[in-house]
Amino acid sequence: MSDATLNSADPALSADERRSLRALAGLMIPASADYGVPGADDETIFTDIVDSLGRDADPVRRALRCVNALSGRAFADLNANEQQVVARQFRDENPPLAAVLAEVTVRCYYRDDRVMRSLGMEPRPPFPKGFEVEPGDWALLDPVRARSKIYRDVP
Amino acid sequence: MRAGFRQNTQMNTPVDVLIIGAGASGAAVAWSLADTRMRILCLEQGDWVSSSEFPSNGRDWEARQFGDFHMNPNRRANPADYPINEDDSPIKVANFNGVGGGTILYAGHFPRMHPSDFRVRTLDGVADDWPVDYATLEPYFAVNDRMMGISSLAGDPAYPPKPAVMPPLPLGKSGTRWARALNSLGWHWWPSDSAMATQDYEGRAKCVNLGHCIGGCAQGAKASTDITYWPQAIRARVELRTGCRVREITTNEQGMASGVIYYDRDGVEQFQAAEVVILACNGIGTPRILLNSASSRFPNGLANSSGLVGRNLMFHPYASIQGVFDEPVDGYRGPHICIWSQQFYETDRARGFVRGYTYQFGRGRGPVLTAMSGMAAGRIPWGEGHHAAYRKLFNRTAGMLAICEDLPEAHNTVTLDPVLKDSNGIPAPKIDYTLSENSRLMLTHAVARGTEILRAAGAQDVIVESPLAAAGWHLLGTARMGADPRRSVVNEWGRSHDVKNLFIVDGSIFVTSGGVNPTATIQALALYVADNIKQRLANLFD
Repeated sequence: MSDATLNSADPALSADERRSLRALAGLMIPASADYGVPGADDETIFTDIVDSLGRDADPVRRALRCVNALSGRAFADLNANEQQVVARQFRDENPPLAAVLAEVTVRCYYRDDRVMRSLGMEPRPPFPKGFEVEPGDWALLDPVRARSKIYRDVP
Repeated sequence: MRAGFRQNTQMNTPVDVLIIGAGASGAAVAWSLADTRMRILCLEQGDWVSSSEFPSNGRDWEARQFGDFHMNPNRRANPADYPINEDDSPIKVANFNGVGGGTILYAGHFPRMHPSDFRVRTLDGVADDWPVDYATLEPYFAVNDRMMGISSLAGDPAYPPKPAVMPPLPLGKSGTRWARALNSLGWHWWPSDSAMATQDYEGRAKCVNLGHCIGGCAQGAKASTDITYWPQAIRARVELRTGCRVREITTNEQGMASGVIYYDRDGVEQFQAAEVVILACNGIGTPRILLNSASSRFPNGLANSSGLVGRNLMFHPYASIQGVFDEPVDGYRGPHICIWSQQFYETDRARGFVRGYTYQFGRGRGPVLTAMSGMAAGRIPWGEGHHAAYRKLFNRTAGMLAICEDLPEAHNTVTLDPVLKDSNGIPAPKIDYTLSENSRLMLTHAVARGTEILRAAGAQDVIVESPLAAAGWHLLGTARMGADPRRSVVNEWGRSHDVKNLFIVDGSIFVTSGGVNPTATIQALALYVADNIKQRLANLFD
């Protein structure tokens, strides 16, 4: 059962909402040649974001209405500088809604194969392979063992 | 047909013992009572959850932690969940409704309460002593450790001697860092008692460090009661009926519990008669049912002649203290559980507060949680600087949680919301909770000492959240136990003072909270109450 299938609200966004969200996602996490990663507005990642809005579909729509109201038109139709200004104003005035946009974006961005590989991760779920963790050196406990008990006796 | 029943209420074959709730305590009491050969039925509002459904099976393992496996029932809002009005609480509730209850989503920290935790009034002059003590519960702790399959290391100087069932979890990069820092400060640490199997154990596969224990363990290494107690209880002929949400406990002319009215998964109202009723719904679900069971004979709610049902709600206030390091930590690899420190557990009045806290050291965070927490803390910007800032935190952020003892205060309550109802139309609970001055001072101390530890461990930056809002994991104290019926809801062996065939075995009977995760103590208490029932069967209702 994926998050996307659980949504009680209609997760679909209008064409204008999709354009605005995509512009915001790309502004939030731009592509980087230095790190060899796509932006969050990448087609595959953005489709995943929209399909996975789930419980956040309604607040995302509220956020987009807010952004478009600040823009005076569709946010996606602003030029780059105007988008920066509006996005900054939106985040300053609406921290909870800005946080929702960030959350729905990073929940998908940081599970993309290309992004995970850039972080040195294998693009796979934890199960069944799991991960290696060093056993460590229990001799580190020697000074603790040398102490007397630290719990209190009771009458 | 008595008042309270609808004309089309379905009647069921009466049982000897009816348990409400299939979580940590319901499973333990069911298993223990099974050897009486009585007819035992457990009603659970949720369902079984298969390990193949847990998030760590898929690429969206972190995302689902914020969806269908979210800790908060209001956010999760699955069909089995009921809403909770928590607007007037700075700490939000965490639970899970299904077979296994909270053990499905818990981290698996498994400390016992300490001897001093049961004698708070005597030792520190606050709250009340428990009517039971550590020595009385010790054999039940031991049985429970074996049933749940606990990994630990014997010899912890913060506890009386206790055996280890399995070896401890690995230290890892993060644990090694914490250990060296704590040794440099001369402070206590020890590998945490954990509910993760470090060896194949009683049908459970050993932990392979999936790193996502709190979303449910796909490996089956974590001891949730759906895979520990329940299989054995069911083999011993206990019946577990899922998708059944109890509305109220009914009473007869003698003032004894006669059974419960519940809704099945189709919304059909059912009546289940029982000779004994046992509540195992924890510190919010239990008072909710008792208050919803008000009648002309019990106008303030069932078992509430003391007026204490729903009062003295205790969470554990948590502080999160995280450090950013130049070198890699374990990050997303390995269980959340690592080591603990109880250097500041016992009361030292020079600190300015009474009682104390435990540090639970972690290993780090996954890629999504790193981004979410980093952006929420203002450490990762939007735009060009995003990637560089993210990489300073990813796999380099780790720290600790401080779990502080919460003392009982009558004004911290669970009541019935006058408006909010669940999907069956049953009044929902409302939480009113404020942090005490003692808790605030304790949190401040914990943040300061925790920062010292992180600096000693080499942290370049420290990120604090205190109190941690999303940390209402522990729901305690709302139907507390005691010898005096005027000052407690159940007696010293879990039986209601007012209704002599009604028992409570969950966290609501805690008198105080200790500064540790409560599951081990909840289950030990459930086994202790079950043993008392078994020993007193001939005169159980006297």
